[in-house]
Amino acid sequence: MTEGSTLDSSAEPAAPGVRLEAASLAYKGRPLFENLNLELPAGRITCLLGPSGVGKSSLLRLIAGLAEGARCRVRDTEDRAIAGRFAYMAQQDLLLPWCSALGNVTLGSRLRGEPRGRDLEARARRMLTRVGLAGHEADRPSGLSGGMRQRVALARTLMEQRPIVLMDEPFSALDAITRYEIQELAATLLAGRTVLLVTHDPLEALRLGHRVQVMSGRPARLDVPLEPPGPPPRDPADPAVLALQAELLKRLARARQAQ
Amino acid sequence: MRLLRPLIVFLVLVAAWQGFVQVSGVAAFILPGPDKVGIALLTHWRALLGHGAITLAEIVLGLVLGSALGVASALTIAWFRPARQWLMPILVVSQAIPVFAIAPILVLWLGYGMISKVAMATLIIYFPVTAAFLDGLRRTEPGWLDLARAMGGSRLSVLRHIRIPAGLPALTSGVRVATAVAPIGAVVGEWVGSSAGLGHFMLQKNARMEIDLMFAALLVLALIAVTLYFAVDWALRRALPWQADGEATAD
Repeated sequence: MTEGSTLDSSAEPAAPGVRLEAASLAYKGRPLFENLNLELPAGRITCLLGPSGVGKSSLLRLIAGLAEGARCRVRDTEDRAIAGRFAYMAQQDLLLPWCSALGNVTLGSRLRGEPRGRDLEARARRMLTRVGLAGHEADRPSGLSGGMRQRVALARTLMEQRPIVLMDEPFSALDAITRYEIQELAATLLAGRTVLLVTHDPLEALRLGHRVQVMSGRPARLDVPLEPPGPPPRDPADPAVLALQAELLKRLARARQAQ
Repeated sequence: MRLLRPLIVFLVLVAAWQGFVQVSGVAAFILPGPDKVGIALLTHWRALLGHGAITLAEIVLGLVLGSALGVASALTIAWFRPARQWLMPILVVSQAIPVFAIAPILVLWLGYGMISKVAMATLIIYFPVTAAFLDGLRRTEPGWLDLARAMGGSRLSVLRHIRIPAGLPALTSGVRVATAVAPIGAVVGEWVGSSAGLGHFMLQKNARMEIDLMFAALLVLALIAVTLYFAVDWALRRALPWQADGEATAD
Protein backbone atom coordinates (compact mmCIF):
# COMPACT_ATOMS: atom_id res chain seq x y z
CA MET A 1 0.00 0.00 0.00
CA THR A 2 2.89 2.37 0.78
CA GLU A 3 4.15 1.67 -2.68
CA GLY A 4 0.82 2.73 -4.11
CA SER A 5 0.62 6.00 -2.27
CA THR A 6 4.08 7.23 -3.21
CA LEU A 7 3.81 6.18 -6.76
CA ASP A 8 3.18 9.29 -8.82
CA SER A 9 3.73 12.42 -6.82
CA SER A 10 7.37 11.68 -6.06
CA ALA A 11 8.30 11.18 -9.70
CA GLU A 12 6.76 14.40 -10.90
CA PRO A 13 8.09 17.94 -10.91
CA ALA A 14 6.10 20.53 -8.96
CA ALA A 15 3.13 21.71 -11.00
CA PRO A 16 3.56 25.13 -12.58
CA GLY A 17 0.83 27.76 -12.81
CA VAL A 18 -0.60 28.45 -16.24
CA ARG A 19 -1.53 31.78 -17.81
CA LEU A 20 -3.74 32.15 -20.83
CA GLU A 21 -3.34 35.61 -22.30
CA ALA A 22 -5.22 37.55 -24.94
CA ALA A 23 -7.27 34.61 -26.12
CA SER A 24 -9.57 35.29 -29.06
CA LEU A 25 -11.78 32.83 -30.83
CA ALA A 26 -14.66 33.26 -33.28
CA TYR A 27 -17.41 30.79 -34.05
CA LYS A 28 -19.30 31.23 -37.32
CA GLY A 29 -18.07 34.81 -37.67
CA ARG A 30 -19.15 35.85 -34.17
CA PRO A 31 -16.51 36.22 -31.51
CA LEU A 32 -16.87 33.76 -28.62
CA PHE A 33 -14.32 35.70 -26.63
CA GLU A 34 -11.80 38.43 -27.28
CA ASN A 35 -8.63 39.23 -25.36
CA LEU A 36 -9.63 36.92 -22.55
CA ASN A 37 -7.17 36.20 -19.76
CA LEU A 38 -7.29 33.25 -17.40
CA GLU A 39 -4.90 32.22 -14.71
CA LEU A 40 -4.62 28.71 -13.31
CA PRO A 41 -2.78 28.92 -9.98
CA ALA A 42 -0.02 26.34 -9.49
CA GLY A 43 -1.10 23.07 -7.90
CA ARG A 44 -4.73 24.19 -7.60
CA ILE A 45 -8.01 23.13 -9.15
CA THR A 46 -9.69 25.92 -11.11
CA CYS A 47 -13.32 25.30 -12.06
CA LEU A 48 -14.92 27.06 -14.97
CA LEU A 49 -18.70 27.35 -15.17
CA GLY A 50 -21.07 29.10 -17.53
CA PRO A 51 -24.16 28.68 -19.68
CA SER A 52 -23.84 26.19 -22.53
CA GLY A 53 -22.47 27.71 -25.70
CA VAL A 54 -20.52 30.39 -23.88
CA GLY A 55 -17.22 28.83 -24.94
CA LYS A 56 -15.97 27.04 -21.80
CA SER A 57 -14.95 23.94 -23.71
CA SER A 58 -13.43 26.04 -26.48
CA LEU A 59 -11.34 27.86 -23.90
CA LEU A 60 -10.08 24.54 -22.55
CA ARG A 61 -9.37 23.21 -26.04
CA LEU A 62 -7.50 26.41 -26.75
CA ILE A 63 -5.20 25.81 -23.80
CA ALA A 64 -4.73 22.24 -24.99
CA GLY A 65 -3.78 23.52 -28.44
CA LEU A 66 -6.73 21.70 -30.00
CA ALA A 67 -8.74 24.73 -31.17
CA GLU A 68 -8.44 25.72 -34.82
CA GLY A 69 -8.25 29.37 -35.83
CA ALA A 70 -7.65 30.70 -32.33
CA ARG A 71 -5.24 33.37 -31.22
CA CYS A 72 -3.76 33.23 -27.77
CA ARG A 73 -0.66 32.86 -25.65
CA VAL A 74 -0.44 29.98 -23.22
CA ARG A 75 2.52 30.05 -20.85
CA ASP A 76 3.40 28.61 -17.50
CA THR A 77 4.60 30.81 -14.65
CA GLU A 78 8.17 30.46 -15.91
CA ASP A 79 7.08 31.65 -19.34
CA ARG A 80 7.49 28.30 -21.06
CA ALA A 81 5.03 26.57 -23.40
CA ILE A 82 3.00 23.79 -21.78
CA ALA A 83 2.98 21.33 -24.70
CA GLY A 84 3.77 17.83 -23.52
CA ARG A 85 3.14 18.71 -19.88
CA PHE A 86 -0.63 18.39 -19.70
CA ALA A 87 -3.11 15.53 -19.76
CA TYR A 88 -6.54 15.85 -21.32
CA MET A 89 -9.79 14.28 -20.19
CA ALA A 90 -13.08 14.74 -22.02
CA GLN A 91 -16.77 14.25 -21.29
CA GLN A 92 -16.81 11.00 -23.26
CA ASP A 93 -14.48 8.44 -21.75
CA LEU A 94 -12.77 8.04 -25.17
CA LEU A 95 -11.77 4.50 -24.29
CA LEU A 96 -10.64 2.37 -27.21
CA PRO A 97 -13.19 -0.45 -27.51
CA TRP A 98 -10.60 -2.97 -28.72
CA CYS A 99 -8.28 -2.50 -25.74
CA SER A 100 -8.67 -3.88 -22.23
CA ALA A 101 -8.83 -1.47 -19.30
CA LEU A 102 -5.11 -2.04 -18.86
CA GLY A 103 -4.47 -1.40 -22.56
CA ASN A 104 -6.43 1.83 -22.40
CA VAL A 105 -4.59 3.07 -19.32
CA THR A 106 -1.21 2.49 -21.02
CA LEU A 107 -2.27 4.06 -24.32
CA GLY A 108 -0.15 7.19 -23.83
CA SER A 109 3.12 5.34 -23.45
CA ARG A 110 2.26 3.12 -26.43
CA LEU A 111 1.57 6.19 -28.55
CA ARG A 112 4.87 7.74 -27.56
CA GLY A 113 6.69 4.50 -28.31
CA GLU A 114 8.00 4.15 -24.77
CA PRO A 115 9.41 0.74 -23.77
CA ARG A 116 6.72 -1.63 -22.54
CA GLY A 117 8.46 -2.81 -19.43
CA ARG A 118 6.99 -4.68 -16.50
CA ASP A 119 7.23 -1.42 -14.57
CA LEU A 120 4.70 0.21 -16.84
CA GLU A 121 2.24 -2.62 -16.46
CA ALA A 122 2.72 -2.76 -12.71
CA ARG A 123 2.16 0.99 -12.49
CA ALA A 124 -0.98 0.72 -14.64
CA ARG A 125 -2.32 -2.07 -12.43
CA ARG A 126 -1.70 0.00 -9.32
CA MET A 127 -3.42 2.96 -10.93
CA LEU A 128 -6.48 0.86 -11.76
CA THR A 129 -6.48 -0.40 -8.17
CA ARG A 130 -6.41 3.17 -6.92
CA VAL A 131 -9.50 4.09 -8.94
CA GLY A 132 -11.20 1.00 -7.52
CA LEU A 133 -11.00 -1.26 -10.56
CA ALA A 134 -8.78 -4.05 -9.29
CA GLY A 135 -9.83 -7.27 -10.99
CA HIS A 136 -11.13 -5.47 -14.09
CA GLU A 137 -7.74 -5.05 -15.79
CA ALA A 138 -8.59 -7.41 -18.64
CA ASP A 139 -12.16 -6.16 -19.20
CA ARG A 140 -13.00 -4.36 -22.39
CA PRO A 141 -14.90 -1.04 -22.12
CA SER A 142 -18.09 -2.67 -23.42
CA GLY A 143 -18.10 -4.83 -20.29
CA LEU A 144 -17.86 -1.87 -17.90
CA SER A 145 -20.51 0.50 -16.58
CA GLY A 146 -20.43 4.21 -17.39
CA GLY A 147 -18.93 5.05 -14.00
CA MET A 148 -16.28 2.36 -14.32
CA ARG A 149 -15.38 3.53 -17.80
CA GLN A 150 -14.88 7.06 -16.55
CA ARG A 151 -12.70 5.69 -13.76
CA VAL A 152 -10.55 4.00 -16.39
CA ALA A 153 -10.37 7.34 -18.20
CA LEU A 154 -9.30 9.00 -14.93
CA ALA A 155 -6.64 6.33 -14.41
CA ARG A 156 -5.43 6.89 -17.98
CA THR A 157 -5.22 10.64 -17.32
CA LEU A 158 -3.22 10.09 -14.12
CA MET A 159 -0.92 7.54 -15.79
CA GLU A 160 0.31 10.37 -17.97
CA GLN A 161 2.07 11.84 -14.93
CA ARG A 162 1.57 15.33 -16.25
CA PRO A 163 1.66 18.29 -13.85
CA ILE A 164 -1.21 20.03 -15.66
CA VAL A 165 -4.61 18.38 -16.19
CA LEU A 166 -7.32 19.79 -18.44
CA MET A 167 -10.76 18.26 -17.86
CA ASP A 168 -13.77 19.01 -20.01
CA GLU A 169 -16.96 18.08 -18.11
CA PRO A 170 -15.43 14.74 -17.26
CA PHE A 171 -18.20 13.52 -14.96
CA SER A 172 -21.29 15.10 -16.49
CA ALA A 173 -22.51 11.92 -18.18
CA LEU A 174 -22.63 10.01 -14.89
CA ASP A 175 -25.52 9.55 -12.49
CA ALA A 176 -25.51 11.57 -9.25
CA ILE A 177 -24.10 8.92 -6.90
CA THR A 178 -21.44 7.68 -9.30
CA ARG A 179 -20.47 11.29 -9.94
CA TYR A 180 -20.24 11.98 -6.22
CA GLU A 181 -17.89 9.04 -5.71
CA ILE A 182 -15.66 9.79 -8.65
CA GLN A 183 -15.40 13.47 -7.61
CA GLU A 184 -14.09 12.34 -4.26
CA LEU A 185 -11.57 10.11 -5.97
CA ALA A 186 -10.52 12.79 -8.45
CA ALA A 187 -9.99 15.39 -5.73
CA THR A 188 -7.64 13.03 -3.90
CA LEU A 189 -5.76 11.82 -6.94
CA LEU A 190 -5.41 15.25 -8.55
CA ALA A 191 -4.04 16.91 -5.42
CA GLY A 192 -0.92 18.96 -6.18
CA ARG A 193 -1.59 19.30 -9.89
CA THR A 194 -2.65 22.40 -11.76
CA VAL A 195 -6.13 21.51 -12.95
CA LEU A 196 -8.66 23.25 -15.15
CA LEU A 197 -12.06 21.63 -14.72
CA VAL A 198 -14.85 22.76 -17.01
CA THR A 199 -18.23 21.81 -15.57
CA HIS A 200 -21.88 22.80 -15.63
CA ASP A 201 -22.52 21.54 -12.11
CA PRO A 202 -22.16 24.29 -9.42
CA LEU A 203 -21.92 21.73 -6.63
CA GLU A 204 -19.16 19.86 -8.43
CA ALA A 205 -17.23 23.10 -8.84
CA LEU A 206 -17.63 23.95 -5.14
CA ARG A 207 -16.67 20.46 -4.00
CA LEU A 208 -13.55 20.25 -6.13
CA GLY A 209 -12.37 23.78 -6.94
CA HIS A 210 -9.87 25.92 -5.08
CA ARG A 211 -11.11 28.63 -7.35
CA VAL A 212 -14.43 28.85 -9.20
CA GLN A 213 -15.05 31.20 -12.08
CA VAL A 214 -18.14 31.92 -14.16
CA MET A 215 -17.82 32.73 -17.83
CA SER A 216 -20.61 34.77 -19.43
CA GLY A 217 -21.66 37.09 -22.22
CA ARG A 218 -20.62 37.36 -25.81
CA PRO A 219 -17.79 38.03 -26.27
CA ALA A 220 -17.38 36.17 -22.99
CA ARG A 221 -15.82 37.58 -19.83
CA LEU A 222 -14.77 35.93 -16.59
CA ASP A 223 -16.08 37.23 -13.29
CA VAL A 224 -14.25 37.59 -9.98
CA PRO A 225 -13.25 34.11 -8.79
CA LEU A 226 -14.97 32.50 -5.82
CA GLU A 227 -12.64 30.72 -3.45
CA PRO A 228 -14.43 28.18 -1.28
CA PRO A 229 -12.73 27.63 2.09
CA GLY A 230 -11.01 24.36 3.03
CA PRO A 231 -9.35 21.65 0.96
CA PRO A 232 -11.30 19.62 -1.61
CA PRO A 233 -13.22 17.36 -1.71
CA ARG A 234 -15.60 19.40 0.40
CA ASP A 235 -18.68 18.09 2.12
CA PRO A 236 -21.76 19.17 0.13
CA ALA A 237 -23.60 19.70 3.44
CA ASP A 238 -20.99 22.23 4.62
CA PRO A 239 -22.85 25.54 5.23
CA ALA A 240 -20.10 27.51 3.50
CA VAL A 241 -20.45 25.34 0.41
CA LEU A 242 -24.22 25.72 0.47
CA ALA A 243 -24.00 29.50 0.83
CA LEU A 244 -21.57 29.70 -2.05
CA GLN A 245 -23.79 27.43 -4.11
CA ALA A 246 -26.64 29.94 -3.77
CA GLU A 247 -24.29 32.74 -4.81
CA LEU A 248 -22.99 30.69 -7.73
CA LEU A 249 -26.51 29.86 -8.94
CA LYS A 250 -27.31 33.58 -8.90
CA ARG A 251 -24.24 34.33 -10.97
CA LEU A 252 -25.11 31.55 -13.42
CA ALA A 253 -28.67 32.87 -13.78
CA ARG A 254 -27.29 36.32 -14.55
CA ALA A 255 -24.81 34.78 -16.97
CA ARG A 256 -27.62 33.02 -18.79
CA GLN A 257 -29.52 36.30 -19.20
CA ALA A 258 -26.42 37.92 -20.63
CA GLN A 259 -26.21 35.16 -23.22
CA MET B 1 -34.43 -25.25 -33.82
CA ARG B 2 -31.83 -22.75 -34.98
CA LEU B 3 -29.97 -25.47 -36.84
CA LEU B 4 -33.13 -27.13 -38.05
CA ARG B 5 -34.64 -24.00 -39.59
CA PRO B 6 -32.35 -23.72 -42.67
CA LEU B 7 -32.76 -27.46 -43.24
CA ILE B 8 -36.56 -27.14 -43.23
CA VAL B 9 -36.42 -24.15 -45.59
CA PHE B 10 -34.16 -26.17 -47.89
CA LEU B 11 -36.45 -29.21 -47.86
CA VAL B 12 -39.55 -27.10 -48.54
CA LEU B 13 -37.82 -25.40 -51.49
CA VAL B 14 -36.74 -28.74 -52.95
CA ALA B 15 -40.24 -30.15 -52.50
CA ALA B 16 -41.76 -27.08 -54.21
CA TRP B 17 -39.29 -27.45 -57.05
CA GLN B 18 -40.10 -31.14 -57.48
CA GLY B 19 -43.82 -30.39 -57.26
CA PHE B 20 -43.59 -27.65 -59.88
CA VAL B 21 -41.67 -29.89 -62.29
CA GLN B 22 -44.18 -32.71 -61.75
CA VAL B 23 -47.32 -30.59 -62.14
CA SER B 24 -46.22 -28.35 -65.02
CA GLY B 25 -44.61 -31.21 -66.94
CA VAL B 26 -41.80 -28.88 -68.06
CA ALA B 27 -39.18 -30.61 -70.22
CA ALA B 28 -36.13 -31.90 -68.36
CA PHE B 29 -33.77 -29.97 -70.69
CA ILE B 30 -35.44 -26.71 -69.61
CA LEU B 31 -35.80 -27.38 -65.91
CA PRO B 32 -34.69 -30.74 -64.51
CA GLY B 33 -36.26 -31.80 -61.24
CA PRO B 34 -34.18 -32.08 -58.07
CA ASP B 35 -34.14 -35.87 -58.49
CA LYS B 36 -32.31 -35.61 -61.83
CA VAL B 37 -29.94 -32.95 -60.49
CA GLY B 38 -29.27 -35.17 -57.47
CA ILE B 39 -28.40 -38.11 -59.71
CA ALA B 40 -26.16 -35.90 -61.86
CA LEU B 41 -24.42 -34.71 -58.70
CA LEU B 42 -23.82 -38.27 -57.55
CA THR B 43 -22.65 -39.67 -60.88
CA HIS B 44 -20.34 -36.77 -61.75
CA TRP B 45 -19.08 -35.84 -58.29
CA ARG B 46 -15.47 -36.43 -59.25
CA ALA B 47 -15.55 -33.98 -62.17
CA LEU B 48 -17.57 -31.46 -60.15
CA LEU B 49 -15.13 -31.69 -57.29
CA GLY B 50 -12.15 -31.15 -59.60
CA HIS B 51 -13.67 -28.12 -61.33
CA GLY B 52 -15.01 -26.81 -58.02
CA ALA B 53 -11.56 -26.96 -56.45
CA ILE B 54 -10.14 -24.89 -59.28
CA THR B 55 -12.88 -22.26 -59.02
CA LEU B 56 -12.49 -22.15 -55.23
CA ALA B 57 -8.74 -21.67 -55.58
CA GLU B 58 -9.32 -18.78 -58.01
CA ILE B 59 -11.80 -17.15 -55.65
CA VAL B 60 -9.60 -17.51 -52.57
CA LEU B 61 -6.46 -16.29 -54.34
CA GLY B 62 -8.40 -13.33 -55.74
CA LEU B 63 -9.77 -12.59 -52.32
CA VAL B 64 -6.34 -12.63 -50.68
CA LEU B 65 -4.69 -10.58 -53.42
CA GLY B 66 -7.55 -8.12 -53.80
CA SER B 67 -7.82 -7.56 -50.05
CA ALA B 68 -4.05 -7.12 -49.67
CA LEU B 69 -3.94 -4.61 -52.52
CA GLY B 70 -7.03 -2.84 -51.17
CA VAL B 71 -5.55 -2.53 -47.67
CA ALA B 72 -2.25 -1.26 -49.07
CA SER B 73 -4.01 1.32 -51.26
CA ALA B 74 -6.24 2.53 -48.46
CA LEU B 75 -3.26 2.96 -46.14
CA THR B 76 -1.29 4.79 -48.82
CA ILE B 77 -4.15 7.14 -49.57
CA ALA B 78 -4.80 7.77 -45.87
CA TRP B 79 -1.14 8.48 -45.20
CA PHE B 80 -0.33 10.71 -48.20
CA ARG B 81 -3.27 13.08 -48.34
CA PRO B 82 -2.55 14.33 -51.89
CA ALA B 83 -2.54 10.69 -53.08
CA ARG B 84 -6.28 10.70 -52.71
CA GLN B 85 -6.80 13.17 -55.53
CA TRP B 86 -4.48 11.17 -57.77
CA LEU B 87 -5.61 7.66 -57.00
CA MET B 88 -9.35 8.06 -56.45
CA PRO B 89 -10.16 8.77 -60.14
CA ILE B 90 -8.24 5.63 -61.14
CA LEU B 91 -10.15 3.63 -58.58
CA VAL B 92 -13.50 4.94 -59.74
CA VAL B 93 -12.65 4.33 -63.41
CA SER B 94 -11.54 0.80 -62.57
CA GLN B 95 -15.06 0.25 -61.25
CA ALA B 96 -16.87 2.04 -64.05
CA ILE B 97 -15.64 -0.48 -66.66
CA PRO B 98 -17.75 -3.62 -66.41
CA VAL B 99 -15.73 -6.75 -65.62
CA PHE B 100 -17.36 -8.50 -68.57
CA ALA B 101 -15.79 -5.95 -70.88
CA ILE B 102 -12.24 -6.46 -69.66
CA ALA B 103 -12.51 -10.22 -69.20
CA PRO B 104 -11.55 -11.03 -72.83
CA ILE B 105 -8.54 -8.72 -72.61
CA LEU B 106 -7.36 -10.33 -69.39
CA VAL B 107 -7.74 -13.78 -70.94
CA LEU B 108 -5.82 -12.57 -74.00
CA TRP B 109 -2.99 -11.21 -71.85
CA LEU B 110 -2.86 -13.75 -69.07
CA GLY B 111 -3.97 -16.88 -70.88
CA TYR B 112 -6.63 -19.51 -70.39
CA GLY B 113 -5.25 -20.71 -67.07
CA MET B 114 -6.03 -19.65 -63.53
CA ILE B 115 -4.08 -16.40 -63.57
CA SER B 116 -6.59 -14.49 -65.68
CA LYS B 117 -9.43 -15.60 -63.36
CA VAL B 118 -7.49 -14.66 -60.25
CA ALA B 119 -6.82 -11.27 -61.82
CA MET B 120 -10.52 -10.87 -62.54
CA ALA B 121 -11.52 -11.75 -58.99
CA THR B 122 -8.79 -9.45 -57.63
CA LEU B 123 -10.09 -6.60 -59.73
CA ILE B 124 -13.65 -7.04 -58.56
CA ILE B 125 -12.61 -7.34 -54.89
CA TYR B 126 -10.11 -4.52 -54.85
CA PHE B 127 -12.55 -1.62 -54.92
CA PRO B 128 -15.00 -2.52 -52.14
CA VAL B 129 -12.08 -3.33 -49.85
CA THR B 130 -10.19 -0.11 -50.61
CA ALA B 131 -13.26 2.10 -50.37
CA ALA B 132 -14.49 0.56 -47.13
CA PHE B 133 -11.14 0.61 -45.35
CA LEU B 134 -10.34 4.13 -46.51
CA ASP B 135 -13.68 5.26 -45.19
CA GLY B 136 -12.91 3.61 -41.87
CA LEU B 137 -9.48 5.22 -41.69
CA ARG B 138 -10.86 8.66 -42.39
CA ARG B 139 -13.69 8.48 -39.88
CA THR B 140 -11.76 8.04 -36.69
CA GLU B 141 -13.59 9.40 -33.66
CA PRO B 142 -12.22 12.98 -33.40
CA GLY B 143 -12.06 12.70 -29.60
CA TRP B 144 -9.52 9.87 -29.88
CA LEU B 145 -7.37 12.01 -32.14
CA ASP B 146 -7.53 14.93 -29.68
CA LEU B 147 -6.56 12.60 -26.87
CA ALA B 148 -3.68 11.16 -28.91
CA ARG B 149 -2.49 14.67 -29.75
CA ALA B 150 -2.47 15.65 -26.07
CA MET B 151 -0.59 12.44 -25.26
CA GLY B 152 2.07 13.34 -27.77
CA GLY B 153 1.66 10.50 -30.26
CA SER B 154 3.39 10.77 -33.63
CA ARG B 155 1.37 10.50 -36.82
CA LEU B 156 2.63 6.99 -37.44
CA SER B 157 1.84 5.74 -33.96
CA VAL B 158 -1.63 7.31 -34.06
CA LEU B 159 -2.22 5.49 -37.34
CA ARG B 160 -0.95 2.25 -35.89
CA HIS B 161 -2.57 2.34 -32.46
CA ILE B 162 -5.78 4.23 -33.18
CA ARG B 163 -6.73 4.80 -36.79
CA ILE B 164 -6.03 1.31 -38.14
CA PRO B 165 -7.78 -0.61 -35.35
CA ALA B 166 -10.64 1.89 -35.50
CA GLY B 167 -10.90 1.28 -39.25
CA LEU B 168 -10.93 -2.51 -38.99
CA PRO B 169 -14.72 -2.88 -38.61
CA ALA B 170 -15.16 -0.93 -41.86
CA LEU B 171 -12.49 -3.11 -43.48
CA THR B 172 -14.26 -6.27 -42.44
CA SER B 173 -17.54 -5.12 -43.95
CA GLY B 174 -15.61 -4.39 -47.16
CA VAL B 175 -14.12 -7.89 -47.07
CA ARG B 176 -17.60 -9.37 -46.51
CA VAL B 177 -18.93 -7.60 -49.60
CA ALA B 178 -15.82 -8.69 -51.49
CA THR B 179 -16.34 -12.30 -50.47
CA ALA B 180 -19.89 -12.18 -51.77
CA VAL B 181 -18.86 -10.79 -55.18
CA ALA B 182 -15.59 -12.69 -55.62
CA PRO B 183 -17.23 -15.76 -57.27
CA ILE B 184 -18.62 -13.45 -59.98
CA GLY B 185 -15.11 -12.48 -61.03
CA ALA B 186 -13.88 -16.04 -61.18
CA VAL B 187 -16.91 -17.45 -63.03
CA VAL B 188 -17.06 -14.61 -65.55
CA GLY B 189 -13.40 -15.27 -66.28
CA GLU B 190 -14.12 -18.95 -66.81
CA TRP B 191 -17.00 -18.21 -69.16
CA VAL B 192 -14.90 -15.96 -71.34
CA GLY B 193 -12.16 -18.47 -71.86
CA SER B 194 -10.83 -21.30 -69.78
CA SER B 195 -9.93 -24.95 -69.76
CA ALA B 196 -11.21 -25.82 -66.27
CA GLY B 197 -13.40 -24.59 -63.44
CA LEU B 198 -17.11 -24.65 -62.73
CA GLY B 199 -17.86 -21.84 -65.19
CA HIS B 200 -16.09 -23.79 -67.93
CA PHE B 201 -17.97 -26.96 -66.96
CA MET B 202 -21.35 -25.20 -67.02
CA LEU B 203 -20.69 -23.61 -70.38
CA GLN B 204 -19.82 -27.02 -71.86
CA LYS B 205 -22.83 -28.77 -70.38
CA ASN B 206 -25.11 -25.95 -71.50
CA ALA B 207 -23.91 -26.35 -75.07
CA ARG B 208 -24.65 -30.09 -74.88
CA MET B 209 -28.07 -29.53 -73.31
CA GLU B 210 -27.01 -31.47 -70.21
CA ILE B 211 -28.99 -29.13 -68.07
CA ASP B 212 -29.10 -31.42 -65.04
CA LEU B 213 -25.29 -31.28 -64.87
CA MET B 214 -25.40 -27.53 -65.29
CA PHE B 215 -27.71 -27.29 -62.30
CA ALA B 216 -25.46 -29.63 -60.35
CA ALA B 217 -22.49 -27.35 -61.08
CA LEU B 218 -24.57 -24.35 -60.09
CA LEU B 219 -25.37 -26.03 -56.77
CA VAL B 220 -21.70 -26.71 -56.13
CA LEU B 221 -20.86 -23.09 -56.96
CA ALA B 222 -23.57 -21.83 -54.61
CA LEU B 223 -22.31 -24.16 -51.89
CA ILE B 224 -18.77 -22.85 -52.34
CA ALA B 225 -19.91 -19.21 -52.27
CA VAL B 226 -22.10 -19.62 -49.20
CA THR B 227 -19.56 -21.70 -47.28
CA LEU B 228 -16.81 -19.23 -48.09
CA TYR B 229 -18.95 -16.30 -47.00
CA PHE B 230 -19.84 -17.86 -43.67
CA ALA B 231 -16.27 -18.99 -43.08
CA VAL B 232 -14.97 -15.46 -43.72
CA ASP B 233 -17.74 -13.93 -41.63
CA TRP B 234 -16.97 -16.30 -38.75
CA ALA B 235 -13.24 -15.61 -38.98
CA LEU B 236 -13.79 -11.83 -39.04
CA ARG B 237 -16.05 -11.99 -36.01
CA ARG B 238 -13.46 -14.03 -34.17
CA ALA B 239 -10.77 -11.54 -35.14
CA LEU B 240 -12.73 -8.51 -33.86
CA PRO B 241 -14.68 -9.70 -30.83
CA TRP B 242 -15.15 -6.13 -29.55
CA GLN B 243 -17.06 -5.29 -32.69
CA ALA B 244 -19.19 -8.43 -32.90
CA ASP B 245 -20.70 -7.58 -29.52
CA GLY B 246 -21.96 -4.26 -30.79
CA GLU B 247 -23.41 -5.81 -33.89
CA ALA B 248 -25.37 -8.38 -31.95
CA THR B 249 -27.05 -5.75 -29.79
CA ALA B 250 -27.89 -3.60 -32.82
CA ASP B 251 -29.76 -6.47 -34.37
